[in-house]
Amino acid sequence: MASHVTTPGAVEPKMWLGGIEPMKASYGKLMMWFFLISDTFTFSALLVAYGTARFSFPAFTGKHEDFTFSNMYWPVPERVYEAVPFLHGISLPLVFVGIMTFILIASSVTMVLAVEAGHRMDRANVEKYMLWTILGGFTFLGCQAWEWSHFIHGTEAGSVMKVIENGTWIEKTIFGANLTENQYGPPAFADFFFFITGFHGTHVFSGVILNILIFFRAATGFYDKRGSYEMVEKVGLYWHFVDLVWVFVFTFFYLV
Amino acid sequence: MAEVHHHHVHNQDPEAGAEQRKAIWKTFWILLIITSLEFLIAFTVPHGILKISIFIIMTIVKAFYIVGEFMHLKHETKTLIWSILVPIIFVAWLILALMLEGNAIFEAIFG
Repeated sequence: MASHVTTPGAVEPKMWLGGIEPMKASYGKLMMWFFLISDTFTFSALLVAYGTARFSFPAFTGKHEDFTFSNMYWPVPERVYEAVPFLHGISLPLVFVGIMTFILIASSVTMVLAVEAGHRMDRANVEKYMLWTILGGFTFLGCQAWEWSHFIHGTEAGSVMKVIENGTWIEKTIFGANLTENQYGPPAFADFFFFITGFHGTHVFSGVILNILIFFRAATGFYDKRGSYEMVEKVGLYWHFVDLVWVFVFTFFYLV
Repeated sequence: MAEVHHHHVHNQDPEAGAEQRKAIWKTFWILLIITSLEFLIAFTVPHGILKISIFIIMTIVKAFYIVGEFMHLKHETKTLIWSILVPIIFVAWLILALMLEGNAIFEAIFG
C-alpha cells in the first residue's frame, strides 16, 4: 500500500489506489464504460447476425397489404407485431412496440434526473426519480412478457406451412413460434426474436435490480454518509446503455 | 481529507442544476420527436433504400443524444470520448463483412 505521507496543506490530486485519475474519470465510471463497450460488441454481434440471416433469405417482394406468413421468405416485421393488449383482433402495426420505446426513453429521462439530483446531494429527489425509473423498468418488462406470450401462442388461425418432418415434406398448420417452428416466417426469424429481445430483456431486468439496490442505499442514507452519489451515475450509465440498445433493436428488428 | 470519489458542489439550493435539467428535457423531446417521425415514415414512405437510410440516420442521431447527453460522454475529456468511439470501428467492419457474407449465401442458394 502506498504510504500517506502528505505535506499538510498541499492540494492532493484525485487518486485511484496507486495513481492519478486517468481521463478525469473515477475508476468505477471508467470500468463501467469499458464494460459497456464489450456489451456493445455482444449486441452488435447479435444484430449483425440477424442482418446476415435476413440477407441470406429471399425478401417478401409484394405489397405490404398482400403479405401473408410463409417460411419461404423473411417476414415484414410490421405485419408480425401488430397486436396490442385489450384490443384483440385489431391490426395496429408497431403500436405496442412504440409504447415500449416511449416507456424506456421516459425511464432514461427519470434516471438522468436522479443522477442530476445526486450531484446536488438531494436525497429526496434521487429517491423520487429512482422510483420512477424502477417503475418504468418493470412496466417495460411487463410489456415484453406480454409480447413474448403473444408471439409464442400465435394467431387464432395459425399458418399453413410446408415443412420437413421425419425426412418428408408435409403441410401442417403452425400456431405461434418456438425455437424450431415459426408461424410468421422462417424458424431463424423467431430464434433471433427470442435471443435479441431476450438478451435485451435480461439487461433490463438486471438494470432494474441494480436500480432497486441504488434506491435502497440512497433511501437509507448510505450515499449521504459516503459523501457522494456517484453510484447513481455509474448505474445510470448502464441504464442508458440498455435504452440505447433498444433504439437499435427497434430500428433493425421492428422498423426495417 | 482526500476526497477520492467526488468533487461536486454540495448544494441544497433547488435552482442549482436548473440548466442541466433543461438540457435533459430538451434531449427527451428530441428523442420523442425523432421516434414519432420514425412511425410516420414507417407508414408513409415506400419501402426501399431511401426509407432504410432515413431510419439508420435517425437511429444514429438518437444514439448521439443518448450517449452524448444522457450518458454525458459529450462532456468528458477528449481521450475518454475517443477511447469509447474508436472500438466501434470493429462493429462497422463486422457489419460490412457479414452483409457481404449474407449476400453470398443468398446467391449460392437462391441465385
